[in-house]
Amino acid sequence: MVDRRAFLGQSTAAAAFLLLAAPHIAIAQAATERRFVFIIQRGAADGLGTLAPTADPAFAGLRGPFAEDFAGGARVGDYTLHPALAGVAGLAAAREALFLHAVASPYRDRSHFDGQNVLETGGRAAYALRDGWMNRLLGLLPAADARAIAVSATVPMVLRGAREVASYAPSALPDASGDLLARVGALYESDRDLHAAWAQAMQTRAMAGDAAGALGRNGAATGALAARLLAGAQGARIAVIESDGWDTHANQRGRLAFQLRGLDALLAALKAGLGADWANTLILVATEFGRTAAPNGTGGTDHGTAALAMLLGGAVAGGRVVADWPGLGASSLHEGRDLRPTLGLDTLIASALAQHYRLDPPRTARTLFPNMAGARMLDGLIRA
Amino acid sequence: MSEIAIALNRFGLGARGDESPLANPRTWLTGQLDRFDPRPAPIAAAPARAEVAGQLADYLEEARREGQGRRAPAMAPEPAAPNMAGDDQLAGLPDSARRFVRQASRRNYLAMVAARTEAALTTPAPFVERLVHFWANHFAVSADKLTVIGLAGLLEFEAIRPNVLGSFKDMLLAVERHPAMLLYLDQAQSIGPDSQGARLATRFGRGRQRRGLNENLAREILELHTLGVDGGYAQADVTEFARALTGWTVSGLTRGPAARFAGIEGPAGDFVFAERIHEPGSRTLLGRAYAQEGEGQARAILSDLAADPRTARHLATKLARHFAGDDPPAAMVRRLEQAWLASGGDLPAVYRAIVNSPEAWAPAPVKFRPPWDWAIAALRAVGARHIEPQPAAGLLAQLGQPVWRPGSPAGYDDIAASWSGPDALMRRVEAAERLAARAGGQIDARALGPRLLPGTLSEATAQAIARAESPGQGLALLLVAPEFLRR
Repeated sequence: MVDRRAFLGQSTAAAAFLLLAAPHIAIAQAATERRFVFIIQRGAADGLGTLAPTADPAFAGLRGPFAEDFAGGARVGDYTLHPALAGVAGLAAAREALFLHAVASPYRDRSHFDGQNVLETGGRAAYALRDGWMNRLLGLLPAADARAIAVSATVPMVLRGAREVASYAPSALPDASGDLLARVGALYESDRDLHAAWAQAMQTRAMAGDAAGALGRNGAATGALAARLLAGAQGARIAVIESDGWDTHANQRGRLAFQLRGLDALLAALKAGLGADWANTLILVATEFGRTAAPNGTGGTDHGTAALAMLLGGAVAGGRVVADWPGLGASSLHEGRDLRPTLGLDTLIASALAQHYRLDPPRTARTLFPNMAGARMLDGLIRA
Repeated sequence: MSEIAIALNRFGLGARGDESPLANPRTWLTGQLDRFDPRPAPIAAAPARAEVAGQLADYLEEARREGQGRRAPAMAPEPAAPNMAGDDQLAGLPDSARRFVRQASRRNYLAMVAARTEAALTTPAPFVERLVHFWANHFAVSADKLTVIGLAGLLEFEAIRPNVLGSFKDMLLAVERHPAMLLYLDQAQSIGPDSQGARLATRFGRGRQRRGLNENLAREILELHTLGVDGGYAQADVTEFARALTGWTVSGLTRGPAARFAGIEGPAGDFVFAERIHEPGSRTLLGRAYAQEGEGQARAILSDLAADPRTARHLATKLARHFAGDDPPAAMVRRLEQAWLASGGDLPAVYRAIVNSPEAWAPAPVKFRPPWDWAIAALRAVGARHIEPQPAAGLLAQLGQPVWRPGSPAGYDDIAASWSGPDALMRRVEAAERLAARAGGQIDARALGPRLLPGTLSEATAQAIARAESPGQGLALLLVAPEFLRR
């Protein structure tokens, strides 16, 4: 015997679905071959140092020596890619890379912890939500294909939540990451004994050819591993990859180039490993916030606001930069120091995923970013 | 450091992130003398002595048979001591030894390391647990000796823990009668040259193996356990003490007629006094005559050594070094020494004197945490209550201080220079990163830091943690901060 209340509930839900659903939305209930990969750049990656607005009249003066790095970079519209991103430049030329500049999450302070929490939970403030938007995305996908994996030892916040997800990392644990080592060095700077011992330890390490850098060194291996976990009919449909080391407070030119080379190698390995699945793949590269527009006194940049996000993959309608460019003039900068945000990262993510998985855009936005301010969704991010 | 931070870290084993803050540091410490549990659940669940010693007896029997008809000695000879790290290091050992090491090390040693670690993570009396670790290291045995692998932990569980709040004399007696110590320092096979057993062996033995007096335990008791290296004893005292100790051995580890004759059959792994291998006669040690018969002779010597002022001085120095700095303040050493002598070696009286010593409350950190200290503090900080045996042992081995394997009866050093080298520091940073990764970004180091080290974290450290690029990195930085490396 059918329970009357359950039956009523079901029929109401079905009726609501029929009323609200536009015809093309129903496709989402069918199996999907589409892949989505989120590469988190932890530590606030410098968007201006990755894709430079070289046509902005204030750019060269404001960025000083950093501007020199772009002499040999590939042009994308009015912007220039960092030369370390040679593979990404190739994707842009093939219209498989789309750049969204002056992007920011709703978070407006400058703590990595809180900024990453907003980036990953999709809330309007840190710790407002308890699960990650990628976990909620799983609920929108056909159940048979709702497989997600974190390419790391533990599941990052963005993928945590009610729905089951997997995580995988090579069992041989990596050495301490280069960024942590640098920070430990700073921590010991004023401690005579520890400073001396640490300096010696770092010297030994350098002599052993072990100079570290999370993605810089392991980028290709991480990309190949992620591809193996994603490729084929049984592969995961959703994956998250974490990359550390983007917090370039000092000596940014060398470190950022190293990080970008690692990211470039990761993306190349991912593309190569995905094979035919590349055509169905959307990759998002994003960070918690940007960095100051001008260099600081130690050849680096400090915590800022707006940053760069990239959409890459065979599914992307790429080859261009999407930005409502705020300008780098002194009066244009946010709080007189940061690139001003003109596009919401949540808007961009909800739009791209709704198009990628053929989901209802308002429903996608409500699910992933429940408190998203009413912004116009973006069109044409994904190939039709 | 604040007094609360000192109580938690210098006296205790580091704060647990999930513990409520303590109100009165001194009463918190002395109150632990009533709260300590010598046999908490993890220890009670550790492999039992009968099981561990039974495996050892089986192995020794197998090794004897593999010796192809060679006459069984009263005690089996010690095979070369293998390192337990990996199978490759067991190459060259007979099959029986390889099997035994795998069994004894994988099952017993690892389980006991995990039990010790869990007891340290969950104890309501971390100050007393610290003292257990202190005494276990003072009376060190080393599990790189094959016969000791499975028994090393039991020395701490059975001889140290029940006596840590008793008298030094009782602890000394329990330790020197424990099978781990008797085997580690070769006492179990020491035979009085004029004992019945020796005379019989001379008459009927094939002369393949001369067996007799072994001075190892007697020497280390004088040099390490009681009087100290400058304790004013001579070689003649060592030999006399060794003669008195003959007959102190372990039952049930060997079989056959010799064991039957010596009277050392019985439950495997128990202390037994074997009259027939005891050197008869009166002994003179440090100018004092000991006319006792049998087991009571060495017992009387140990009792006198425990009460000797030089022993009080030796241990007062070591305890002061542990709580007040690598160069122990003379005034504090004297204070502890007086408390020791006035109480007749009553350990809680000495512990109270430590808590009452202003030198132990010096606001600047006085000690660099050795790997064991640091690992326990770090695990407590991240809220761990349980750890698997292999990772527990692996972590300490990686950090350079494998549990119960100091490699010498002197135990591990208790000074910074031994532990703060460049490579040791790098390993600690690597371990911190892994521990922090396992915490999965769930711990906010900005909030945790002041709870672990109230009033102690420097502004620079707090800032470095707050500026970390992820919660995991912030936690790793907290665990290797100068304030966390020292106590």
